[in-house]
Amino acid sequence: MTRPSGLMLYALFYLAFLYLPVLFLPLFSFNDGTIVAFPIKGWTLEWYRQLGGQQTLIQALLNSLLVGFVAAIVSTSMGLFAARAYVRYRFRGKEASEGLVMLPLVIPGIIVASSMLVLFISLGLKPSLTAVILGHTFLALPFAVSIMKSAFDDFDVSLEEAALDLGSGIVETFRRVTLPIVAPGIISSFLVTFTVSFDEFVLAFFLSGNQPTLPVYIWSQIRFPAKLPNTLALGSLLLLTSVLLLVVAEYFRRRSIKSNP
Amino acid sequence: MAVFRSETSKGLALSAPATLYVGFLVAAPLVILVAYSMWTQTYVSIDKTLTLANYREAFTDPLVRHLMVRSILIAAAVTVVTVALAYPIAYFIALRARRKTLWLLLITIPFWSSYLLRVFAWKLILGFNGVMNSALLALGLTDEPLTFLLYNEFAVVLTLAHAWAPFAILPIYVSIQKIDPSLLEAANDLGSGKLEQFLRVTLPLTIPGIIAACLIIFIPTVGDYVTPSLVGGSDGKMIANLIQVQFGAANNWPLGATLSLLAMLSVGFVAIVSVISATSLGKRIR
Repeated sequence: MTRPSGLMLYALFYLAFLYLPVLFLPLFSFNDGTIVAFPIKGWTLEWYRQLGGQQTLIQALLNSLLVGFVAAIVSTSMGLFAARAYVRYRFRGKEASEGLVMLPLVIPGIIVASSMLVLFISLGLKPSLTAVILGHTFLALPFAVSIMKSAFDDFDVSLEEAALDLGSGIVETFRRVTLPIVAPGIISSFLVTFTVSFDEFVLAFFLSGNQPTLPVYIWSQIRFPAKLPNTLALGSLLLLTSVLLLVVAEYFRRRSIKSNP
Repeated sequence: MAVFRSETSKGLALSAPATLYVGFLVAAPLVILVAYSMWTQTYVSIDKTLTLANYREAFTDPLVRHLMVRSILIAAAVTVVTVALAYPIAYFIALRARRKTLWLLLITIPFWSSYLLRVFAWKLILGFNGVMNSALLALGLTDEPLTFLLYNEFAVVLTLAHAWAPFAILPIYVSIQKIDPSLLEAANDLGSGKLEQFLRVTLPLTIPGIIAACLIIFIPTVGDYVTPSLVGGSDGKMIANLIQVQFGAANNWPLGATLSLLAMLSVGFVAIVSVISATSLGKRIR
């Protein structure tokens, strides 16, 4: 097993292919030249420094944080309840409901985006951050449901029953027994859904109107070659943020699985 | 808790918010999209007399047909390339690798980053004055920049094969993992070679995983907007680009709605046909 087989070599090449683009963005964000090509001219932090002074960028960042925060809270709450229903109870329509909430994962982005735009306009909701929040909650829900399902999967029901038998009310049982046990799952779901929203572009592009989120702002900058170094710096920061958030989420998800017997 | 209400009502009540939310946001836009597709755009207002003119236009316009066919072909190519590249990795992790969790983690980490930025990175890598060409020139492997790298179908397929990698690896990995090792031992004892073992035992048993991977990749790819816009050039444009134009610059929402519906229908049709044929093929091999 230790000798490097052909399959192992292939796996290593494949890994290099996967990491190539994610590593090049940060590498060239420190390049002291405006053309993204080898050889690298020199190292600089200038592009990062310039980001601080761009007002529209800061506003887009705030928009993204707001949208991500609300979408994560709403989708995680809905996912928490739905997952509990799927894991704990048998009921008619369960399979249909479980299948339906996974649907946002497979509908092509352009179709979700265009159809939601048409719906919201028909309901009198102009493109705005509210529209983006509604859309992102929809997209993030399947992630919340599957994470919460795995958090509830091995949850020992007898703990809840014991609390109820000892005279706790339903609310108290939920708050003092259920919630602490699934808390790591909730944190993980919150972080993942936040990241889904934070990185999402197509829906925000259609629905944000004149309140761009960060990916929409980046999209508007990609067209200008002069802005390229700044966009690279911003993109690298964003990559780093997403990866960090999801590593933390993964840590909590594993803890939630481990803590259950 | 059992005295509180029946299991059914508890289950329904708890899952209702999620179900209703997704159900509403899937069904309502669909209804309105159908309505829009039968209206017509007249300059700034919308004429709400019902007509099939948009469908007639969509079916007769060669550009629409061209883009629709190309979108499906590109999505099919992306699906085949991604799954073919991913299968050996899934096989390796499931049956050969010693540290499975580490490998799975390594494979998923790059995808915890913004899709838009990854596509953007490919644009920079493949560009005429880009990373790849400058590296090849510096190493003396080529004399002049390669022009076939960016702004064509090749770039779109490569970028998407990268973007969808874990979506192919994970379902296939799960299906290989599920294979009972005694089946492989039995095939071995009965004297089949490694290749025959793979073709007659492993591959047929992993067809569900392959189908899942294909669907997860094919469906969203047909409607992908970012990749064809950034790396596709004029040769790599897809139907999503045309739909976006209708909702944006062209300001013809009824036609955009028609195109969205037609794209959805063709995706569904191709997906169902392929699943049926793949399933029957799998049975025949066995």
